[in-house]
Amino acid sequence: MTAPKNKTQQTNQHKGWVKLSHWIVTASFMALAISGFVILMCHPRLYWGEVGNDLTPALIELPVSRNYQHGGWEKSDAFFAVAGSPVSAGRTYEIFNQNGWGRSLHFLAAWVLTLTGIAYVLTGIFSGHIIRNLVPRAREFSRKLVWHDVKSHVLFRIPPATSGPHYGVLQKFTYLFVIFFLLPLTIMTGLTMSPALTAAYPFLPKIFFGAQSARTIHFFASTALVLFLIVHVTMVIRSGFRKQMSAMTFEQQT
Amino acid sequence: MKQHKLFTRRRAIITGIGALSGLLLPGCSKKLPPTYGNLLRMGDAFTYLAHRTLLPGQSLAREYHHGDITSFPAVGTIDPGDASKPAHNETYGRFRDNGFSNWNLSVEGRVAKPGKYSLAALQSLPARTQITRHTCEEGWSAIGQWTGVPLGLILKNAGILPSARFVNFYAYDGYVDSIDLLDAFHPQTILAYGMNGKALPIRHGAPLRLRVETQIGYKSLKYLERIVVSDEFVDQGDSGWAWYVGI
Repeated sequence: MTAPKNKTQQTNQHKGWVKLSHWIVTASFMALAISGFVILMCHPRLYWGEVGNDLTPALIELPVSRNYQHGGWEKSDAFFAVAGSPVSAGRTYEIFNQNGWGRSLHFLAAWVLTLTGIAYVLTGIFSGHIIRNLVPRAREFSRKLVWHDVKSHVLFRIPPATSGPHYGVLQKFTYLFVIFFLLPLTIMTGLTMSPALTAAYPFLPKIFFGAQSARTIHFFASTALVLFLIVHVTMVIRSGFRKQMSAMTFEQQT
Repeated sequence: MKQHKLFTRRRAIITGIGALSGLLLPGCSKKLPPTYGNLLRMGDAFTYLAHRTLLPGQSLAREYHHGDITSFPAVGTIDPGDASKPAHNETYGRFRDNGFSNWNLSVEGRVAKPGKYSLAALQSLPARTQITRHTCEEGWSAIGQWTGVPLGLILKNAGILPSARFVNFYAYDGYVDSIDLLDAFHPQTILAYGMNGKALPIRHGAPLRLRVETQIGYKSLKYLERIVVSDEFVDQGDSGWAWYVGI
């Protein structure tokens, strides 16, 4: 463990376990984003409700692969002799499908991210890191301070790096939103796509408005996480890339 | 200042490794599918172990109402009798042209009474009808009604031996796959000959297909030919697709 330091240095710098979990989560998130996009390319249609497929209406169709509106279907047959009966048709088109490795990589990375995330949150709660560094203090809620922080972000006036957890009020809210809302939401909606888990825990599809709705929410929550990553990296660059990277990696003293 | 931590990083890592090895320990026996030294397959094996260790066994998948039945795409092989396709099987073509009247399912391997079941013989056994959600690995899903014989009943009738651990399926379109006994004896794992109140259509796997409702769609093999019960995992080589897909 790190040798005891004076108080200023201790609060100034990122802790070793924060750095380690930061980079494990970064690597697994990159693997999840790439494999997730490959999986989406296989069936770039999103639905609302319990089920959806090529023979039912989509909520959104995304032009992200040659599978987009491919139209390679036999003439459909009705299951029942009534108007508006559900139908069946055979697919005649060779679709793009790389889900063999895509799904396996996605789940492997999801295990790494989830287990690291649980360890991070538990350590963060018991060490006081989350309360001390991420939860805004009462005085930070003042209208003047929040307004000042919003204005400086809008005007792209980013304060220089501090080499440690000294966060602005918007930054704190964003980190809390990512850690306690977006990441748990992607994990829970991801689990809701599993047939074994929905059989064991039938409440899962219910809380997300259906199993296909969970997939749609999973897509939007993941997109929000990618947007967070872009903004986060932009801020790191604007506030001093070398100093920030050094603070999040091997830097020992300020 | 004295260090005051509830648990150290070292202790957290040691606890984590201990918990992981507890889950991976059964991997030492030959009861598990091989991972081919492949990191992706190790991830899938870990998912399998985690599901088998942490999930309550044999929970029933949700069953829907007749009005919930949706349109249902047919993908993969849609007719093994089609001579223009690589999955063509001449024997299947002959059965298809006879309306499957002389077709039969062979049940063999580690059973006391191996035998063959005609379609009529299967239909004379106690049937189960279920309206369930089919979840395809591609991302889509559909609700359909399936009628068939519980696989557990066939296995019990055949006298499955106590050492048996896996049930292997061989299909006319060349697909081979297997499931463990927990899924094989799951009440909703059936050999289906009916779909949506009619005979199973050819594009959905006529005359007989498997339904494994707690796994992804590709485990529910169509066009069944043979069922072979085995003590150990029968290695078909790494297909590039996960063997266990409860996820």
